[in-house]
Amino acid sequence: MTTTTPGTTTAPGTKTPSRTTAAPMSAARTLATAARVLRQLRHDPRSIALMILVPCVMLFLLRYVFDASPTCDGETPCPPSTFDSIGASLLGIFPLITMFLVTSIATLRERTSGTLERLLAMPLGKADLIAGYALAFGLLAIVQSVLATGLAVWALGLEVVGSAWLLLLVALLDALLGTALGLFVSAFAASEFQAVQFMPAVIFPQLLLCGLFTPRPNMQPVLEAISNVLPMSYAVDGMNEVLRHTDVTGDFVRDTVIVAGCAALVLALGAATLRRRTA
Amino acid sequence: MMNFDEGAIRARGLTVRRGDRTVLRGLDFGVSPGRITGLLGPSGCGKSTLMRAVVGTQAKVTGTLDVLGLPAGDGALRARIGYVTQAPSVYDDLTIRQNLDYFAAVLDPGRARRAARRETVTRAIGDVDLASHADSLAGRLSGGQRSRVSLAVALLGTPELLVLDEPTVGLDPVLRRDLWDLFHRIAAERAATILVSSHVMDEAERCHRLLLMRDGEILADDTPDALRARTRTETVEAAFLHLVDEANALQESAR
Repeated sequence: MTTTTPGTTTAPGTKTPSRTTAAPMSAARTLATAARVLRQLRHDPRSIALMILVPCVMLFLLRYVFDASPTCDGETPCPPSTFDSIGASLLGIFPLITMFLVTSIATLRERTSGTLERLLAMPLGKADLIAGYALAFGLLAIVQSVLATGLAVWALGLEVVGSAWLLLLVALLDALLGTALGLFVSAFAASEFQAVQFMPAVIFPQLLLCGLFTPRPNMQPVLEAISNVLPMSYAVDGMNEVLRHTDVTGDFVRDTVIVAGCAALVLALGAATLRRRTA
Repeated sequence: MMNFDEGAIRARGLTVRRGDRTVLRGLDFGVSPGRITGLLGPSGCGKSTLMRAVVGTQAKVTGTLDVLGLPAGDGALRARIGYVTQAPSVYDDLTIRQNLDYFAAVLDPGRARRAARRETVTRAIGDVDLASHADSLAGRLSGGQRSRVSLAVALLGTPELLVLDEPTVGLDPVLRRDLWDLFHRIAAERAATILVSSHVMDEAERCHRLLLMRDGEILADDTPDALRARTRTETVEAAFLHLVDEANALQESAR
Protein backbone atom coordinates (compact mmCIF):
# COMPACT_ATOMS: atom_id res chain seq x y z
CA MET A 1 0.00 0.00 0.00
CA THR A 2 1.46 3.31 -1.02
CA THR A 3 1.13 6.15 1.41
CA THR A 4 1.04 9.80 0.72
CA THR A 5 2.62 11.70 3.58
CA PRO A 6 -0.15 13.25 5.59
CA GLY A 7 0.60 16.79 6.55
CA THR A 8 1.42 18.35 3.21
CA THR A 9 -1.21 21.01 3.01
CA THR A 10 -2.03 22.77 -0.18
CA ALA A 11 -3.73 26.06 0.40
CA PRO A 12 -6.84 26.59 -1.72
CA GLY A 13 -5.13 28.38 -4.56
CA THR A 14 -6.34 30.26 -7.56
CA LYS A 15 -8.58 28.30 -9.82
CA THR A 16 -11.26 29.06 -12.29
CA PRO A 17 -14.50 27.52 -11.12
CA SER A 18 -15.99 25.68 -14.06
CA ARG A 19 -19.18 25.09 -12.11
CA THR A 20 -21.83 27.77 -12.39
CA THR A 21 -24.38 28.61 -9.74
CA ALA A 22 -28.05 27.77 -9.76
CA ALA A 23 -30.81 29.85 -11.24
CA PRO A 24 -34.45 29.04 -10.45
CA MET A 25 -34.90 27.87 -14.03
CA SER A 26 -32.58 27.65 -16.99
CA ALA A 27 -33.53 26.74 -20.53
CA ALA A 28 -30.24 24.92 -21.07
CA ARG A 29 -30.73 22.72 -17.99
CA THR A 30 -34.35 22.01 -18.96
CA LEU A 31 -33.31 20.99 -22.47
CA ALA A 32 -30.46 18.86 -21.11
CA THR A 33 -32.96 17.09 -18.83
CA ALA A 34 -35.43 16.50 -21.66
CA ALA A 35 -32.62 15.16 -23.87
CA ARG A 36 -31.50 12.84 -21.07
CA VAL A 37 -35.02 11.46 -20.55
CA LEU A 38 -35.36 10.82 -24.30
CA ARG A 39 -31.92 9.19 -24.36
CA GLN A 40 -33.01 6.85 -21.57
CA LEU A 41 -36.10 5.95 -23.59
CA ARG A 42 -34.03 5.28 -26.67
CA HIS A 43 -32.32 2.46 -24.80
CA ASP A 44 -35.75 0.96 -24.24
CA PRO A 45 -37.33 0.55 -27.70
CA ARG A 46 -39.93 -1.91 -26.46
CA SER A 47 -41.49 0.72 -24.18
CA ILE A 48 -41.59 3.22 -27.03
CA ALA A 49 -43.27 0.69 -29.29
CA LEU A 50 -45.86 -0.15 -26.63
CA MET A 51 -46.60 3.50 -25.92
CA ILE A 52 -47.09 4.35 -29.57
CA LEU A 53 -48.73 1.22 -30.91
CA VAL A 54 -51.14 0.23 -28.14
CA PRO A 55 -53.50 3.22 -28.62
CA CYS A 56 -53.59 2.52 -32.37
CA VAL A 57 -54.40 -1.15 -31.84
CA MET A 58 -57.14 -0.24 -29.36
CA LEU A 59 -58.73 2.20 -31.80
CA PHE A 60 -58.57 -0.40 -34.53
CA LEU A 61 -60.25 -2.96 -32.27
CA LEU A 62 -62.87 -0.45 -31.23
CA ARG A 63 -63.73 0.34 -34.82
CA TYR A 64 -64.62 -3.31 -35.52
CA VAL A 65 -66.24 -3.90 -32.13
CA PHE A 66 -68.83 -1.33 -33.22
CA ASP A 67 -68.82 -2.64 -36.79
CA ALA A 68 -72.59 -3.11 -36.92
CA SER A 69 -73.58 0.18 -35.33
CA PRO A 70 -76.20 2.07 -37.37
CA THR A 71 -74.83 4.03 -40.28
CA CYS A 72 -76.18 7.30 -41.49
CA ASP A 73 -78.83 6.77 -44.21
CA GLY A 74 -79.06 10.14 -45.86
CA GLU A 75 -80.39 11.57 -42.62
CA THR A 76 -79.29 15.22 -42.09
CA PRO A 77 -77.66 16.19 -39.87
CA CYS A 78 -76.05 12.83 -39.55
CA PRO A 79 -75.88 11.74 -35.85
CA PRO A 80 -72.42 10.60 -34.68
CA SER A 81 -72.12 6.82 -34.68
CA THR A 82 -70.99 4.94 -31.58
CA PHE A 83 -67.46 4.63 -32.94
CA ASP A 84 -67.36 8.34 -33.66
CA SER A 85 -68.23 9.46 -30.14
CA ILE A 86 -66.30 6.78 -28.25
CA GLY A 87 -63.36 6.97 -30.65
CA ALA A 88 -63.05 10.73 -30.24
CA SER A 89 -63.24 10.41 -26.45
CA LEU A 90 -60.57 7.73 -26.47
CA LEU A 91 -58.26 9.91 -28.55
CA GLY A 92 -58.28 12.19 -25.52
CA ILE A 93 -58.08 9.46 -22.90
CA PHE A 94 -55.23 7.34 -24.32
CA PRO A 95 -52.52 9.99 -24.11
CA LEU A 96 -53.63 10.86 -20.59
CA ILE A 97 -53.39 7.26 -19.37
CA THR A 98 -50.11 6.40 -21.12
CA MET A 99 -48.36 9.55 -20.00
CA PHE A 100 -49.66 9.09 -16.47
CA LEU A 101 -48.20 5.60 -16.28
CA VAL A 102 -44.91 6.45 -17.95
CA THR A 103 -44.29 9.57 -15.88
CA SER A 104 -45.26 8.09 -12.54
CA ILE A 105 -42.90 5.14 -13.01
CA ALA A 106 -40.08 7.22 -14.49
CA THR A 107 -40.09 9.80 -11.70
CA LEU A 108 -40.47 7.11 -9.08
CA ARG A 109 -37.36 5.45 -10.47
CA GLU A 110 -35.61 8.80 -10.25
CA ARG A 111 -36.60 9.00 -6.59
CA THR A 112 -35.63 5.45 -5.63
CA SER A 113 -32.35 5.29 -7.59
CA GLY A 114 -30.92 8.23 -5.65
CA THR A 115 -30.48 10.30 -8.81
CA LEU A 116 -33.19 12.71 -7.64
CA GLU A 117 -31.31 13.37 -4.40
CA ARG A 118 -28.13 13.84 -6.39
CA LEU A 119 -29.80 16.25 -8.86
CA LEU A 120 -31.39 18.27 -6.08
CA ALA A 121 -27.97 18.56 -4.40
CA MET A 122 -26.73 20.02 -7.71
CA PRO A 123 -27.58 23.39 -9.21
CA LEU A 124 -30.74 22.14 -10.93
CA GLY A 125 -33.99 24.01 -10.45
CA LYS A 126 -37.03 21.92 -9.58
CA ALA A 127 -38.82 23.61 -12.47
CA ASP A 128 -35.99 22.48 -14.79
CA LEU A 129 -36.55 18.87 -13.83
CA ILE A 130 -40.33 19.01 -14.18
CA ALA A 131 -40.26 21.00 -17.41
CA GLY A 132 -37.61 18.61 -18.76
CA TYR A 133 -39.85 15.62 -18.10
CA ALA A 134 -42.94 17.40 -19.45
CA LEU A 135 -41.03 18.36 -22.61
CA ALA A 136 -39.64 14.88 -23.27
CA PHE A 137 -42.92 13.07 -22.67
CA GLY A 138 -44.79 15.84 -24.47
CA LEU A 139 -42.76 15.09 -27.61
CA LEU A 140 -43.58 11.43 -27.26
CA ALA A 141 -47.24 12.33 -26.78
CA ILE A 142 -47.17 14.31 -30.04
CA VAL A 143 -45.96 11.24 -31.93
CA GLN A 144 -48.54 9.05 -30.22
CA SER A 145 -51.40 11.48 -30.83
CA VAL A 146 -50.47 12.15 -34.46
CA LEU A 147 -50.47 8.43 -35.21
CA ALA A 148 -53.66 7.68 -33.30
CA THR A 149 -55.55 10.68 -34.70
CA GLY A 150 -54.31 9.99 -38.22
CA LEU A 151 -55.32 6.35 -38.01
CA ALA A 152 -58.77 7.15 -36.62
CA VAL A 153 -59.59 9.94 -39.06
CA TRP A 154 -58.12 8.63 -42.30
CA ALA A 155 -58.02 4.86 -41.99
CA LEU A 156 -60.90 4.03 -39.66
CA GLY A 157 -63.29 6.68 -40.95
CA LEU A 158 -63.85 8.62 -37.74
CA GLU A 159 -66.29 11.36 -38.76
CA VAL A 160 -65.01 14.61 -37.33
CA VAL A 161 -66.91 17.78 -38.21
CA GLY A 162 -64.19 20.06 -36.79
CA SER A 163 -60.52 20.22 -37.61
CA ALA A 164 -58.23 17.27 -36.89
CA TRP A 165 -55.68 19.82 -35.61
CA LEU A 166 -58.02 20.68 -32.78
CA LEU A 167 -58.28 16.97 -31.89
CA LEU A 168 -54.50 16.91 -31.76
CA LEU A 169 -54.37 20.00 -29.56
CA VAL A 170 -56.75 18.43 -27.02
CA ALA A 171 -54.81 15.16 -27.15
CA LEU A 172 -51.60 17.06 -26.35
CA LEU A 173 -53.13 18.90 -23.44
CA ASP A 174 -54.44 15.58 -22.15
CA ALA A 175 -50.95 14.10 -22.41
CA LEU A 176 -49.60 17.03 -20.43
CA LEU A 177 -52.29 16.49 -17.81
CA GLY A 178 -51.32 12.81 -17.62
CA THR A 179 -47.66 13.75 -17.18
CA ALA A 180 -48.60 16.19 -14.42
CA LEU A 181 -50.80 13.68 -12.59
CA GLY A 182 -48.14 10.98 -12.85
CA LEU A 183 -45.46 13.26 -11.48
CA PHE A 184 -47.65 14.27 -8.58
CA VAL A 185 -48.75 10.75 -7.72
CA SER A 186 -45.20 9.35 -7.82
CA ALA A 187 -44.48 11.37 -4.66
CA PHE A 188 -46.95 9.20 -2.76
CA ALA A 189 -45.79 5.84 -4.07
CA ALA A 190 -43.03 4.04 -2.21
CA SER A 191 -42.49 1.42 -4.92
CA GLU A 192 -43.26 0.76 -8.57
CA PHE A 193 -45.84 -1.75 -7.35
CA GLN A 194 -47.72 1.03 -5.57
CA ALA A 195 -47.28 3.42 -8.48
CA VAL A 196 -49.13 1.04 -10.81
CA GLN A 197 -51.94 0.70 -8.24
CA PHE A 198 -52.44 4.45 -8.43
CA MET A 199 -53.68 4.07 -11.98
CA PRO A 200 -56.99 2.42 -11.02
CA ALA A 201 -57.25 4.82 -8.07
CA VAL A 202 -56.68 8.04 -10.00
CA ILE A 203 -57.66 7.22 -13.57
CA PHE A 204 -60.57 4.75 -13.36
CA PRO A 205 -62.98 7.01 -11.42
CA GLN A 206 -62.37 9.73 -13.98
CA LEU A 207 -62.85 7.21 -16.78
CA LEU A 208 -66.25 6.15 -15.36
CA LEU A 209 -67.42 9.72 -14.78
CA CYS A 210 -66.00 11.49 -17.83
CA GLY A 211 -69.02 10.86 -20.04
CA LEU A 212 -67.50 8.01 -22.03
CA PHE A 213 -70.12 5.46 -20.92
CA THR A 214 -73.10 7.72 -20.51
CA PRO A 215 -73.55 11.48 -21.01
CA ARG A 216 -72.68 13.31 -17.81
CA PRO A 217 -76.10 15.04 -17.45
CA ASN A 218 -77.71 11.56 -17.23
CA MET A 219 -75.72 10.62 -14.14
CA GLN A 220 -76.95 10.67 -10.57
CA PRO A 221 -76.66 14.37 -9.54
CA VAL A 222 -73.93 13.74 -6.94
CA LEU A 223 -71.84 11.86 -9.51
CA GLU A 224 -72.48 14.57 -12.07
CA ALA A 225 -71.22 17.15 -9.58
CA ILE A 226 -68.10 15.07 -9.00
CA SER A 227 -67.57 14.67 -12.75
CA ASN A 228 -67.73 18.47 -13.02
CA VAL A 229 -64.54 18.83 -10.98
CA LEU A 230 -62.56 16.00 -12.62
CA PRO A 231 -60.25 17.20 -15.40
CA MET A 232 -60.77 14.18 -17.68
CA SER A 233 -64.45 15.19 -18.10
CA TYR A 234 -63.31 18.37 -19.85
CA ALA A 235 -60.78 16.45 -21.95
CA VAL A 236 -63.60 14.28 -23.29
CA ASP A 237 -66.02 17.23 -23.65
CA GLY A 238 -63.40 19.08 -25.67
CA MET A 239 -63.00 16.11 -28.02
CA ASN A 240 -66.75 15.89 -28.50
CA GLU A 241 -66.97 19.61 -29.29
CA VAL A 242 -64.52 19.10 -32.16
CA LEU A 243 -66.47 16.04 -33.25
CA ARG A 244 -69.75 17.97 -33.58
CA HIS A 245 -68.84 21.54 -34.51
CA THR A 246 -66.96 23.01 -37.45
CA ASP A 247 -65.85 26.10 -35.56
CA VAL A 248 -63.94 26.64 -32.37
CA THR A 249 -66.85 26.94 -29.96
CA GLY A 250 -66.88 28.79 -26.65
CA ASP A 251 -67.32 25.46 -24.87
CA PHE A 252 -64.25 24.10 -26.64
CA VAL A 253 -62.17 27.05 -25.49
CA ARG A 254 -63.48 26.61 -21.94
CA ASP A 255 -62.68 22.88 -21.97
CA THR A 256 -59.13 23.30 -23.25
CA VAL A 257 -58.42 26.14 -20.80
CA ILE A 258 -59.66 23.97 -17.92
CA VAL A 259 -57.52 21.00 -18.98
CA ALA A 260 -54.44 23.20 -19.45
CA GLY A 261 -55.09 24.95 -16.14
CA CYS A 262 -55.43 21.64 -14.31
CA ALA A 263 -52.18 20.41 -15.87
CA ALA A 264 -50.36 23.57 -14.77
CA LEU A 265 -51.82 23.35 -11.27
CA VAL A 266 -50.90 19.69 -10.82
CA LEU A 267 -47.39 20.34 -12.22
CA ALA A 268 -46.95 23.05 -9.60
CA LEU A 269 -48.18 20.65 -6.91
CA GLY A 270 -45.73 18.07 -8.27
CA ALA A 271 -42.89 20.59 -7.96
CA ALA A 272 -43.89 21.12 -4.35
CA THR A 273 -43.42 17.40 -3.65
CA LEU A 274 -39.76 17.59 -4.71
CA ARG A 275 -37.87 18.39 -1.54
CA ARG A 276 -34.20 19.21 -1.45
CA ARG A 277 -34.05 18.19 2.20
CA THR A 278 -35.49 14.84 3.19
CA ALA A 279 -35.65 12.98 6.50
CA MET B 1 -5.06 22.47 16.84
CA MET B 2 -6.69 23.81 13.73
CA ASN B 3 -8.03 27.28 13.55
CA PHE B 4 -11.80 27.04 13.85
CA ASP B 5 -12.41 30.02 11.60
CA GLU B 6 -10.55 28.56 8.65
CA GLY B 7 -12.43 25.26 8.51
CA ALA B 8 -13.96 24.15 5.23
CA ILE B 9 -16.70 22.69 7.41
CA ARG B 10 -17.49 24.03 10.86
CA ALA B 11 -20.11 22.50 13.13
CA ARG B 12 -21.31 23.72 16.52
CA GLY B 13 -23.98 21.81 18.38
CA LEU B 14 -24.96 19.95 15.18
CA THR B 15 -28.04 17.88 15.97
CA VAL B 16 -30.18 15.83 13.59
CA ARG B 17 -33.43 14.11 14.43
CA ARG B 18 -34.97 11.40 12.25
CA GLY B 19 -38.44 10.54 13.42
CA ASP B 20 -38.24 10.30 17.21
CA ARG B 21 -34.56 9.30 17.15
CA THR B 22 -31.69 11.72 17.62
CA VAL B 23 -29.11 10.58 15.09
CA LEU B 24 -26.48 13.25 15.73
CA ARG B 25 -26.16 14.65 19.24
CA GLY B 26 -24.75 18.17 19.37
CA LEU B 27 -21.53 17.62 17.41
CA ASP B 28 -18.70 20.17 17.45
CA PHE B 29 -16.03 19.65 14.83
CA GLY B 30 -14.13 21.25 12.01
CA VAL B 31 -12.73 19.99 8.71
CA SER B 32 -9.57 21.68 7.42
CA PRO B 33 -9.48 22.90 3.83
CA GLY B 34 -7.37 21.03 1.30
CA ARG B 35 -7.11 17.94 3.50
CA ILE B 36 -8.59 14.47 3.53
CA THR B 37 -10.72 13.93 6.60
CA GLY B 38 -11.88 10.40 7.28
CA LEU B 39 -15.21 9.78 8.97
CA LEU B 40 -15.09 6.42 10.68
CA GLY B 41 -17.43 4.43 12.80
CA PRO B 42 -19.66 1.37 12.90
CA SER B 43 -22.65 1.30 10.53
CA GLY B 44 -25.62 3.16 11.93
CA CYS B 45 -23.49 5.60 13.94
CA GLY B 46 -24.65 8.59 11.88
CA LYS B 47 -21.89 8.94 9.25
CA SER B 48 -24.26 9.19 6.29
CA THR B 49 -26.59 11.55 8.15
CA LEU B 50 -23.66 13.84 8.94
CA MET B 51 -22.65 13.83 5.27
CA ARG B 52 -26.21 14.54 4.14
CA ALA B 53 -26.33 17.45 6.58
CA VAL B 54 -23.10 18.86 5.10
CA VAL B 55 -24.43 18.50 1.54
CA GLY B 56 -27.75 20.04 2.56
CA THR B 57 -30.09 17.15 1.77
CA GLN B 58 -30.85 16.23 5.39
CA ALA B 59 -34.01 17.62 6.98
CA LYS B 60 -34.36 18.58 10.66
CA VAL B 61 -30.82 19.83 11.21
CA THR B 62 -30.30 22.14 14.20
CA GLY B 63 -27.20 23.89 15.50
CA THR B 64 -24.64 25.69 13.36
CA LEU B 65 -23.16 24.08 10.28
CA ASP B 66 -21.08 26.19 7.92
CA VAL B 67 -19.70 24.76 4.70
CA LEU B 68 -17.14 26.72 2.64
CA GLY B 69 -18.15 29.83 4.60
CA LEU B 70 -21.88 29.51 3.92
CA PRO B 71 -24.66 27.82 5.88
CA ALA B 72 -25.02 24.19 4.76
CA GLY B 73 -27.67 23.76 2.07
CA ASP B 74 -27.20 27.29 0.67
CA GLY B 75 -28.06 27.37 -3.03
CA ALA B 76 -24.66 28.78 -3.97
CA LEU B 77 -22.98 25.69 -2.49
CA ARG B 78 -24.68 23.21 -4.81
CA ALA B 79 -22.23 23.90 -7.61
CA ARG B 80 -19.20 23.78 -5.31
CA ILE B 81 -19.72 20.39 -3.66
CA GLY B 82 -19.31 16.97 -5.21
CA TYR B 83 -21.36 14.35 -3.39
CA VAL B 84 -21.37 10.56 -3.72
CA THR B 85 -24.15 8.68 -1.97
CA GLN B 86 -23.52 5.26 -0.51
CA ALA B 87 -25.61 3.48 -3.16
CA PRO B 88 -24.47 4.43 -6.68
CA SER B 89 -26.86 7.05 -8.02
CA VAL B 90 -26.61 6.94 -11.79
CA TYR B 91 -29.04 6.17 -14.62
CA ASP B 92 -28.80 2.47 -15.39
CA ASP B 93 -30.34 2.95 -18.83
CA LEU B 94 -27.68 5.41 -19.98
CA THR B 95 -24.07 4.76 -20.91
CA ILE B 96 -21.29 6.03 -18.66
CA ARG B 97 -20.58 8.92 -20.99
CA GLN B 98 -24.27 9.82 -21.35
CA ASN B 99 -24.63 9.85 -17.56
CA LEU B 100 -21.67 12.17 -17.16
CA ASP B 101 -22.72 14.35 -20.10
CA TYR B 102 -26.05 15.00 -18.42
CA PHE B 103 -24.67 15.79 -14.98
CA ALA B 104 -21.99 17.99 -16.56
CA ALA B 105 -24.73 19.91 -18.40
CA VAL B 106 -26.54 20.46 -15.10
CA LEU B 107 -23.37 21.81 -13.51
CA ASP B 108 -22.16 23.89 -16.41
CA PRO B 109 -25.04 24.41 -18.87
CA GLY B 110 -25.11 26.09 -22.24
CA ARG B 111 -23.96 25.47 -25.77
CA ALA B 112 -20.91 27.69 -25.29
CA ARG B 113 -19.56 25.40 -22.56
CA ARG B 114 -19.71 22.26 -24.70
CA ALA B 115 -15.97 21.89 -25.22
CA ALA B 116 -15.27 22.46 -21.53
CA ARG B 117 -17.86 19.84 -20.64
CA ARG B 118 -16.39 17.28 -23.00
CA GLU B 119 -13.03 17.82 -21.38
CA THR B 120 -14.28 17.46 -17.82
CA VAL B 121 -16.29 14.34 -18.72
CA THR B 122 -13.28 12.68 -20.34
CA ARG B 123 -11.10 13.57 -17.35
CA ALA B 124 -13.65 12.22 -14.85
CA ILE B 125 -13.95 8.94 -16.76
CA GLY B 126 -10.17 8.67 -16.80
CA ASP B 127 -9.96 9.52 -13.08
CA VAL B 128 -12.00 6.47 -12.16
CA ASP B 129 -10.30 4.31 -14.79
CA LEU B 130 -13.38 3.49 -16.86
CA ALA B 131 -12.26 4.84 -20.24
CA SER B 132 -12.55 1.38 -21.81
CA HIS B 133 -16.21 1.12 -20.71
CA ALA B 134 -17.28 4.68 -21.54
CA ASP B 135 -19.97 3.53 -23.95
CA SER B 136 -21.38 0.67 -21.87
CA LEU B 137 -24.76 1.00 -20.19
CA ALA B 138 -24.35 1.69 -16.47
CA GLY B 139 -26.86 -1.07 -15.72
CA ARG B 140 -24.60 -3.65 -17.36
CA LEU B 141 -21.57 -2.79 -15.23
CA SER B 142 -20.44 -4.61 -12.10
CA GLY B 143 -21.25 -3.14 -8.70
CA GLY B 144 -17.77 -1.73 -8.27
CA GLN B 145 -17.82 -0.16 -11.72
CA ARG B 146 -21.20 1.46 -11.09
CA SER B 147 -19.98 3.00 -7.85
CA ARG B 148 -17.01 4.40 -9.76
CA VAL B 149 -19.37 6.00 -12.29
CA SER B 150 -21.17 7.56 -9.35
CA LEU B 151 -17.83 8.84 -8.07
CA ALA B 152 -16.94 10.21 -11.50
CA VAL B 153 -20.10 12.36 -11.43
CA ALA B 154 -18.88 13.98 -8.21
CA LEU B 155 -15.50 14.72 -9.79
CA LEU B 156 -17.00 16.71 -12.70
CA GLY B 157 -15.93 20.34 -12.87
CA THR B 158 -13.72 21.43 -10.01
CA PRO B 159 -15.62 20.84 -6.78
CA GLU B 160 -14.03 22.59 -3.80
CA LEU B 161 -15.45 20.03 -1.39
CA LEU B 162 -15.92 16.33 -2.05
CA VAL B 163 -18.25 14.43 0.25
CA LEU B 164 -17.79 10.72 -0.36
CA ASP B 165 -19.99 8.23 1.47
CA GLU B 166 -18.14 4.90 1.51
CA PRO B 167 -16.76 5.25 -2.03
CA THR B 168 -14.61 2.13 -1.85
CA VAL B 169 -17.19 -0.40 -0.61
CA GLY B 170 -17.07 -3.60 -2.63
CA LEU B 171 -13.90 -2.68 -4.52
CA ASP B 172 -10.86 -4.91 -4.75
CA PRO B 173 -7.61 -3.89 -3.00
CA VAL B 174 -5.94 -2.65 -6.19
CA LEU B 175 -8.82 -0.36 -7.08
CA ARG B 176 -9.09 0.86 -3.52
CA ARG B 177 -5.44 1.79 -3.53
CA ASP B 178 -5.81 3.57 -6.88
CA LEU B 179 -8.82 5.52 -5.67
CA TRP B 180 -7.04 6.62 -2.51
CA ASP B 181 -4.11 7.76 -4.66
CA LEU B 182 -6.66 9.70 -6.70
CA PHE B 183 -8.16 11.31 -3.58
CA HIS B 184 -4.69 12.44 -2.53
CA ARG B 185 -4.00 13.80 -6.00
CA ILE B 186 -7.28 15.72 -5.99
CA ALA B 187 -6.60 17.17 -2.54
CA ALA B 188 -3.06 18.16 -3.49
CA GLU B 189 -3.44 19.29 -7.11
CA ARG B 190 -7.00 20.61 -7.19
CA ALA B 191 -6.83 21.98 -3.63
CA ALA B 192 -10.09 20.27 -2.76
CA THR B 193 -11.26 19.36 0.70
CA ILE B 194 -12.35 15.74 1.01
CA LEU B 195 -14.66 14.29 3.63
CA VAL B 196 -14.74 10.54 3.16
CA SER B 197 -16.51 7.92 5.24
CA SER B 198 -15.40 4.35 5.56
CA HIS B 199 -15.68 1.47 7.90
CA VAL B 200 -12.50 -0.13 6.56
CA MET B 201 -9.95 0.86 9.13
CA ASP B 202 -6.83 0.42 7.02
CA GLU B 203 -8.13 3.23 4.80
CA ALA B 204 -8.11 5.46 7.86
CA GLU B 205 -4.33 5.38 7.82
CA ARG B 206 -4.42 7.27 4.54
CA CYS B 207 -6.40 10.24 5.86
CA HIS B 208 -4.79 13.42 7.08
CA ARG B 209 -7.26 13.63 9.92
CA LEU B 210 -9.88 11.34 11.41
CA LEU B 211 -13.26 11.84 12.99
CA LEU B 212 -14.17 8.70 14.91
CA MET B 213 -17.90 8.39 15.48
CA ARG B 214 -19.97 6.17 17.69
CA ASP B 215 -23.70 6.35 18.31
CA GLY B 216 -24.24 9.91 17.03
CA GLU B 217 -21.25 11.37 18.87
CA ILE B 218 -17.66 12.08 17.95
CA LEU B 219 -15.26 9.93 19.98
CA ALA B 220 -12.05 11.44 18.65
CA ASP B 221 -10.92 14.15 16.22
CA ASP B 222 -7.22 13.74 15.56
CA THR B 223 -4.50 12.67 13.12
CA PRO B 224 -3.96 8.92 12.71
CA ASP B 225 -0.49 9.21 14.29
CA ALA B 226 -1.73 11.11 17.30
CA LEU B 227 -4.58 8.63 17.77
CA ARG B 228 -2.19 5.69 17.82
CA ALA B 229 0.19 7.49 20.15
CA ARG B 230 -2.58 8.54 22.53
CA THR B 231 -4.05 5.06 22.81
CA ARG B 232 -0.61 3.36 22.65
CA THR B 233 -1.77 1.11 19.84
CA GLU B 234 -0.24 -0.08 16.57
CA THR B 235 -3.11 0.60 14.17
CA VAL B 236 -6.06 2.96 13.85
CA GLU B 237 -8.32 -0.06 14.13
CA ALA B 238 -6.86 -0.93 17.54
CA ALA B 239 -7.06 2.73 18.56
CA PHE B 240 -10.72 2.86 17.56
CA LEU B 241 -11.57 -0.33 19.45
CA HIS B 242 -9.70 1.00 22.47
CA LEU B 243 -11.71 4.24 22.39
CA VAL B 244 -15.02 2.40 21.91
CA ASP B 245 -14.28 0.10 24.87
CA GLU B 246 -13.35 3.11 26.93
CA ALA B 247 -16.60 4.87 26.02
CA ASN B 248 -18.63 1.73 26.74
CA ALA B 249 -16.96 1.31 30.13
CA LEU B 250 -17.70 4.94 30.93
CA GLN B 251 -21.32 4.45 29.95
CA GLU B 252 -21.55 1.28 32.10
CA SER B 253 -20.13 2.97 35.16
CA ALA B 254 -22.46 5.94 34.67
CA ARG B 255 -25.47 3.64 35.03
